[in-house]
Formats: sequence, C-alpha cells, structure tokens
Amino acid sequence: MWRDALLVATKDLRIEMRSRVTVNQVAPLSVLMLILFAFALGPDRKPLVAASAGLYWVAVLFAAVLAVQRSFAIESAESARDGLRLWGLDPAGVFLGKAAAVGVQLLFLEVLMGAGVVLLYGAHITGILAAILTCVLATAGLAAVGVSYGAISSGLRVRETLLPLLMLPVVAPVLLAATQSWRSAVSGGTSNGEPWMALLAVFAAVYLAAGVLAFGPLLEES
Amino acid sequence: MIHDQRKQSSLERYCVALLGVSSLIGIAATVWLGLWVTPPDVNMGQLVRLVYVHPPVAWVAYLAFGITALASVAYLWKKTRARFWDRLAGASAEIGVVFCALTLISGSIWGRPTWGVWWTWDARLTSTALLLVLFLGYLALRKVPGSFESRSKRSSVAALIAFLDVPIDHFSVLWWHTLHQPPTVLNAGLAPHIHGIMAWTLLLGFCAFTMGFAWLLIQRYRIETMREELDEQLLAASLAERRSEASSEFSSNEARTTEPSPRARVHARTARTGDLQESQVAAE
Repeated sequence: MWRDALLVATKDLRIEMRSRVTVNQVAPLSVLMLILFAFALGPDRKPLVAASAGLYWVAVLFAAVLAVQRSFAIESAESARDGLRLWGLDPAGVFLGKAAAVGVQLLFLEVLMGAGVVLLYGAHITGILAAILTCVLATAGLAAVGVSYGAISSGLRVRETLLPLLMLPVVAPVLLAATQSWRSAVSGGTSNGEPWMALLAVFAAVYLAAGVLAFGPLLEES
Repeated sequence: MIHDQRKQSSLERYCVALLGVSSLIGIAATVWLGLWVTPPDVNMGQLVRLVYVHPPVAWVAYLAFGITALASVAYLWKKTRARFWDRLAGASAEIGVVFCALTLISGSIWGRPTWGVWWTWDARLTSTALLLVLFLGYLALRKVPGSFESRSKRSSVAALIAFLDVPIDHFSVLWWHTLHQPPTVLNAGLAPHIHGIMAWTLLLGFCAFTMGFAWLLIQRYRIETMREELDEQLLAASLAERRSEASSEFSSNEARTTEPSPRARVHARTARTGDLQESQVAAE
C-alpha cells in the first residue's frame, strides 16, 4: 500500500512538475482571490487583518477544489484511469498517493497565500508553529475528502459543477476549525487554538480512513 | 406499473393504504389538537403551537438521513449488496431533503416572532442547513445518468462521506457558536416543560409524521422500481426497433414476414434486459 502510494504520488507530482498547472494557473488565482477579498472589504487595514484568517482559509478551500479537479483531470485523459486499474495497484495506495500529491500542492499554495496575507493584509503570524501545524492537519483533511469526491465525480459529464457542491459542505468544519485555530496564531490572537487543532486531526483521520476503505469500489466502477 | 402491481399482494396494498390513511388522520388530529384544543403557553403564547409540527418534521428528516446512511453501508458491504438498499437510500434521502427544508422553513417562521430574526447562527440551525446542502449534493449525484452499478456505488460512498460529517459538523458548529456568541433564546426557550394534552399532542405529531414518512418512503421506493423497469423496457423496445430496421434492410420480403413483431420482441427481451443495458452502457 505504502509503496503504491509513493509511486502514485511521485507520478502525480512529476506530471505537475512538467505541466506546471498548479504553479502557473492555480497559484496566481489564489493570490488574485486575496486581492479580490481586499477589494470587497476596502483598503482599510483593520478589517482586513481581523478577517485575514477566514479569508485565507476560504481561498485555500477554493484552491483545494481546483487542485482536486486537476488531480482527476490528468487521470481522465487517454484512459489513464484504466491504466491505474490495470497496473494492479492497491486502491488504498492509489487513494493515499493522490491525496499526498494534492496535499503537497496545497501546502505550496498555503505557503504562498500565507505570504500574501502577511504582505497584502499586513497580518503578523505570531505563533508560527501553531500556524504550520494547522496547515498540515487541515490539508490532510481537505486532500482526503477532495480525493474521495474527486474519484466519485470523475468521468461524469457534470463533474466541474458537482465536485464543489459535494466537497465544500463536507469540508465546512475544516474551514471553521482552521480559521479559529489560525486566529489564535495570527496577529497575537488570544483564543485557544488547541481544541480546533484536535478537531482538524480527527477530521483528517476519519476521512483518510474512510477513503482507504471506500476507494476500492470507486476505482473498480465508473 | 401493471407489472409492479401484480407483484404486490393485495394484503400488502391494504396495509400500505391503511398506513397512509392513518397517518393522514393522525396529522389531521394533530392539527386539530394543536390549533384548537391545547392551551397557549405561558411564555410563548400562541407561538407554542409550532411545537407540534416543527420537532416531528425535524425528527423525520434526521430519521430519513439515518436510513440513507444505513442503507448505503448495507449496499457497500458485499454480503448484503442488493438493489433494494440503493433504492431505499435514494428514496429516503429525497424525503429527508424535503423534510429538512420544511424543518428550516418552519423553524424560521418560529424564529421570526420569537427571536425577532429569520435566521440566527445557532449551532442547531447551522448544522441542519449544512445537512440540507450535503444531501442536496447527494441527490444531484444520484441524478447523474450512468449504469446502475456505478451510480449506486458512487452514491453510497458519497452518502457515507456525507453522513460521517454530521457529528463533526455538529461539534464544530457547537464550539464555534459557544465561543463566539452568547447563547440565544433557542437553548433556554425551546425546552418548555409540557404536560397533559400538550405532551400527548406532541407524541401524536411524532407518530403521525413518522407514519407519513413510512408511507411516502414505500411510494417513492415503488416509483423508483417502476422507473427502472420502464427504462429497461424502453431500452429493449428501441433495441428491438433498431434490429427490425436492420433486418428489413438486409433481408428479403419473405424473411421479414416470418420475423416476430417488435412488440412481441419487447416481451421476449424484457427478461434479460439487464444484460442489454450493460452492453448499451459499455457501447457508450
């Protein structure tokens, strides 16, 4: 399972290295989202800093939808999906590999957007360790849910519209928890982020386990 | 439809009809008791009458989603995999979405005079709204055309993922709410101590709405079965038509007269339409 996961993850990341879709398209879009949020809220620094944690995680959520769509777009071309099946890889390994690749790309985008929040909104990340831990936990949950739903909706004619509708309500707790946890780490927030990090960890564990168990039937069919 | 009714025994039909009629009578009695017989509440006045409708409707919504989740697990588990579970999950989710929307609407109507707002970011309200969106997505997924097997597997996994989210949603929204808002009237005012005729009316409301749900579920399940049969028959009919066209093009007049009519072919082929449908999907 782990070997298969590593194979699939390196394959996906190698495709990304060569095609540079995340770097050239999703990354500029994420920064653009931060700029658009600032337009919506006005140039005043105070409301921007106050809302920065929430805006950051909303942007991450939308970027995650795009990353997942991309992750399954590369499987839909030229029957690559059938290829995955015919190689005899463990479905759980395929799930973990794809989730890891999506997670790595998301972490890259999160670092970029974190820099954007600091530079554009003037927010100060005071608890750097808490912020990083939150990012890692939230990304694991987002990638697990995203890859599960990506597999469900891939190959359907309505996948572009269906994936966000399926995925975003499920990851709503990630948005809530990550925002609260970040609020404690950004600009000297006073609230306690630990219970929210625990919630993120539980979320990631539940959906990674569910994906490992349920990915077999999804890969067989459709 | 005729085909389906033939399968149902008369006793079954009688029981279903009885269930429908008794739920109608129960709901009518709840309305009568709730609007005319029961007294107004000390704190909430006439507004308390919504208590006979709102909680039973919410209960039916949660029950329906619970059945969807259990049926999806039963479908995914190879030992119990059967079309029954998939149809049941779909039928239950559809009714659940309707009742979940009714819960939010009736709650909103109740909230406006009680709290002065149509909506408040209360934990229960927020998680119910998320639940509605989750299962709207599930229904959208079920509507996507495809072969029965792939559609049912996709939708059972989606139902499972959605249902796992319910407790996490609930806790996160609860914490979020308690950390960032003072408790609303909902927590204090929604659990009035009720006795006598009010309690009995509420109990009747729960029973009547649950029976109504069961009746709707049976009907929705039957419609789904009929729809599947209709699809198969239409497919068989069009296949037979194509075949007769082909044979009329390539064979002589004598050969065509000995061919069975397309209608006769439909009946002959209905028995193994499952195979035909799969080959059709594969051809697509």
